[in-house]
Amino acid sequence: MKVERLYKAAKIEDALSDPETAHLVLNEDEVVGISGVPGLTVDPTPIQDGVDVDIKLDKGTIIEKPVHLCFGVTGEKGIQKILLDIEIEEDAEIGILAHCVFPKAIDVKHVMDADIRIGKNARYSYLEKHIHSPKGGVDVIPSADIDLGENARFTSDFELIKGRVGKIDIDYETTCRKNSVMEMTAKVDGRGDDIIDISEVGNLVGEGARGVLTTRVALRDEARAEVYNELTADAPHARGHVDCKEIVQDHGSAKAIPIVEVNHPQAHVTHEAAIGSVDTKQLETLMSRGLSEDESVDLIIEGLLS
Amino acid sequence: MGILEVKNLKLFVEDNQILNDISLNLEKNKIYAIVGPNGAGKSSLAFAIMGLDGYNQYRGDIIFKGKSINNISVSERAERGITLAWQEPARFEGLTVKKFIESAAAEKSDETAKTALEKVGMDPDEYINRAVDNGLSGGERKKVELASILAMEPELVLLDEPDSGIDVASLDRLFEGIKFLKEKGATVVLITHSATAHKQAEYAYLMCQGTIIDEGPIDEIGKYFEESCIPCDHKNAPEQKEGVDIGEGRTVVQSSKD
Repeated sequence: MKVERLYKAAKIEDALSDPETAHLVLNEDEVVGISGVPGLTVDPTPIQDGVDVDIKLDKGTIIEKPVHLCFGVTGEKGIQKILLDIEIEEDAEIGILAHCVFPKAIDVKHVMDADIRIGKNARYSYLEKHIHSPKGGVDVIPSADIDLGENARFTSDFELIKGRVGKIDIDYETTCRKNSVMEMTAKVDGRGDDIIDISEVGNLVGEGARGVLTTRVALRDEARAEVYNELTADAPHARGHVDCKEIVQDHGSAKAIPIVEVNHPQAHVTHEAAIGSVDTKQLETLMSRGLSEDESVDLIIEGLLS
Repeated sequence: MGILEVKNLKLFVEDNQILNDISLNLEKNKIYAIVGPNGAGKSSLAFAIMGLDGYNQYRGDIIFKGKSINNISVSERAERGITLAWQEPARFEGLTVKKFIESAAAEKSDETAKTALEKVGMDPDEYINRAVDNGLSGGERKKVELASILAMEPELVLLDEPDSGIDVASLDRLFEGIKFLKEKGATVVLITHSATAHKQAEYAYLMCQGTIIDEGPIDEIGKYFEESCIPCDHKNAPEQKEGVDIGEGRTVVQSSKD
């Protein structure tokens, strides 16, 4: 029954019944579903309070359909630790859709520590969708160390699609080698007493490496956020951009710390950050169409986080 | 009684007098132009009627459908039937054209956004799922804004420089949209210094330095504006005043601002 609740909350029943779709489902520290596809190895090992998962995609393997990882705690309390070791070999391609589901959380801690290596010419996209309880009640602490080989491509998106944040502490660092491309995006809507800490670091060490760090945060009530974006370019023709936007309403509080560093005369990194209330012109445009002020703010934030 | 009466409107922004004793009376279901050079106060007048932040602390009365709207918000004015399109429309990151139009619509259906886009000459398949952001040109955003107004079905529409940034090929569709608003019973006010735009109107007010200095059929006012206002020969121009008494012991310098 717990598993069915998990599937239903994440809306992944169809994907999991498809024999061509690889998946791994964890409820707290228990593997409750697993299936693979040729060229992809998913090897979970139980550890205290969690699972150590090795994922390996063989050289040249292209997985057409997204691989679903479902990490959940269906109860009100629990600890879930996930150690991920992911290796995407040369010329391989994979997309992972991670569902992190804590629909009834009151006191849940979800810790993920990932070591990801993306080989030469390989592509890896990672979309993490969170479903939390309406009261928050969850500490989400994901960290990842990602190494991109020559011409590799990595994209990551983090979204909270339902419920309240609780506490999120994201810590991702990428190292980008020659002509590799990295895009990391985080979008979070904070309410109540939510606490959001986002740290994303990109090291453009290879010639022609490119990276974009994008963060969108909306804060209402007493929610707080601190966004640390660091992008360093050390090689010729490395290009990077940091883009952080935070909307603050009510008694919310936001801090953005963009750090851009260039250590080569032919490298170039830019950044833009905007923190504050909703733009007056946006607000008044929607109000002049008959929306109330609150409805207008909600719609602007919905767009920003979409 | 007209649909909108403005009586002796005075507007001060940071101790500068922007509008000076403006009075006008607009009838239902007509197209008006408020013409004048840059800085005449045309946009400020529209912003005051809409009640925008920074323009809602005016003196005088604005009466819409027989009731004062002096002390009500932008949303309440919109609910009563007034709306405004900006010269430079806002950008909304991530907000789709579909959602933007539907949020304004008087009647919502699956076809609302599609129908409104077609009316302003935009291909729904191309635009409906795009965001109202930098991915659209200024002209495209203006047409999307007009589409949202068509969907809203307002009774009084203030269009600030409606043809600026619109390519020549799209002008006819823009003007068709304006005529459609009239056909649906709306009163349309074109805030403009463009001869192309003001020719769509039936009646015009000529503004200069925060004051309405003339009014009449568009042929007369438009002709005068085109021939004499650029460069300005100050027909009926208000006397330049220094130290205008605004009461409460305060004296300010008169200026104008668009």
